[in-house]
Amino acid sequence: MTNAFSGPGPDAVFAAFLAGGRFMLQQCDDCKKYVFYPRVLCPHCGSPKLSWQPASGQGTVYSTTVVRRKPEQGGDYNVALVDLHEGPRMMSRVDGISPHEVAIGMAVRAKIIDEPKKGKLLVFTPAQGGAA
Amino acid sequence: MKITDLRGKTAIVGVGLGGLPSAPERSSMEIQTEAVHRALADAGLKPGDVDGLFTGSSHAFMPALSTAEYLGIRPKISDTTMIGGSSFIGHLLPATMALQYGLCDVALICYGSNQGSGFGKLKSMSEPQTYEAPYDPRHPITSYALAAARHMHQFGTRREDLAEVAVAARRWAQLNPLAFARDDLTIEQVMAARMVNDPLSTLDCCLVTDGGGALVLVRSERAKDFPKPPVYMLGTAMAHWHRQISGMPDLTVTAAAESGPRAFAMAGLTPADVDVVELYDAFTINTILFLEDLGFCAKGEGGAFVRNGRIAPGGSLAVNTNGGGLSCCHPGMYGIFLLIEAVQQLRGEAGARQVDNTHIALCHGNGGVLSSQVTALLGDASTL
Repeated sequence: MTNAFSGPGPDAVFAAFLAGGRFMLQQCDDCKKYVFYPRVLCPHCGSPKLSWQPASGQGTVYSTTVVRRKPEQGGDYNVALVDLHEGPRMMSRVDGISPHEVAIGMAVRAKIIDEPKKGKLLVFTPAQGGAA
Repeated sequence: MKITDLRGKTAIVGVGLGGLPSAPERSSMEIQTEAVHRALADAGLKPGDVDGLFTGSSHAFMPALSTAEYLGIRPKISDTTMIGGSSFIGHLLPATMALQYGLCDVALICYGSNQGSGFGKLKSMSEPQTYEAPYDPRHPITSYALAAARHMHQFGTRREDLAEVAVAARRWAQLNPLAFARDDLTIEQVMAARMVNDPLSTLDCCLVTDGGGALVLVRSERAKDFPKPPVYMLGTAMAHWHRQISGMPDLTVTAAAESGPRAFAMAGLTPADVDVVELYDAFTINTILFLEDLGFCAKGEGGAFVRNGRIAPGGSLAVNTNGGGLSCCHPGMYGIFLLIEAVQQLRGEAGARQVDNTHIALCHGNGGVLSSQVTALLGDASTL
């Protein structure tokens, strides 16, 4: 574990990992649960002992919507909530298929992409083999 | 002291609306002050009688200071706890405690906004959420769409059921001369409206209007000294479990499942006792979620519950009798209008939309993205 109260905070550490192409999750040394978004204290047990672990990248779509947008502004896009294999849920996007084809229960896999104007972005693509 | 000791100890003796159905070229403060003036006049009071101020704003950083200065009052206690649109129902409990402990004698709850005329779209001081913003969710509709999609997936709720909620609200609004949207509306029209965030169309979304509201509260022991029949605060409770939608544990269960039972317990009532139900319908899915979470039907059955006009005028349960945020008004934050409509119903002042034999009203406020939930039970003198 890292010192929870000195040095770059968990937000900065996560961002630095992501900038380096790595998707890392915090795991609580005390209750062993995984934590996302990154925090100074474990929201499950209150412990400051959180260690960084590589995420499996496996997830399941918990819910999904299509944000409708005019074609000249870039067209429709997906916003999804993904339940990570390790437990936490996060907002993201499923790429690689039409935003209308993203379905609840779909097995997805994390991918770090270069998003124009945003830099590294964590998105998901459909996993090989279909439903979770 | 127990929370149940506060049952019926505080009374609403004045209510007022301002800026409805629209107020072009009038500021948020001017709209709020119209409502305050009407509420104080309703109670036979002047601004200088107010010594407790409970307010919130979508525009002002320090709304209690701005409001007090504008009114020329010097409150002994102010509270501007911001939990989104439910804030004003949330103010009931601190106002009650301040009154009961003698910190103030006349409490004013107020809000006003010119979002409809002044901005033409939702204005919010809400900051972007670091771990959601990169995916460009449209605040707040994307979050509610995710909840609606999950409810449909898990329970078979249909878009037609969501449309029933919009149509019921419209039919109530048609009975309310101050409602903003009063044209005829059918389920087919809601279904055919432009999709914004699947499965929510433009007509699944609340309005963006102008509007203001105000309430005056006193200790019940002196409530009968005021001109209008007092409406008593029988029970209230709040709960919040998340801030952003990705933090919501189960998108089909809101914290109303906690605030509701606690408010009912404080009031010594059950859902079967309630005569009118005022729910914060920022989106059509809200009404379905809150009917379930507050115990008017079982979890997952909200879609079937609202079918065939059950919550519309003439239906078996009167819900959102002013037309709701969907068809009456929604000036950025709507919670205060739930309380005002309940008071008007309990006084028998609701005109064409009056529900007969109304003694107990439930108000339920929502804030953020299904985030904060506040339930209140109000009653007339027969409920003490």
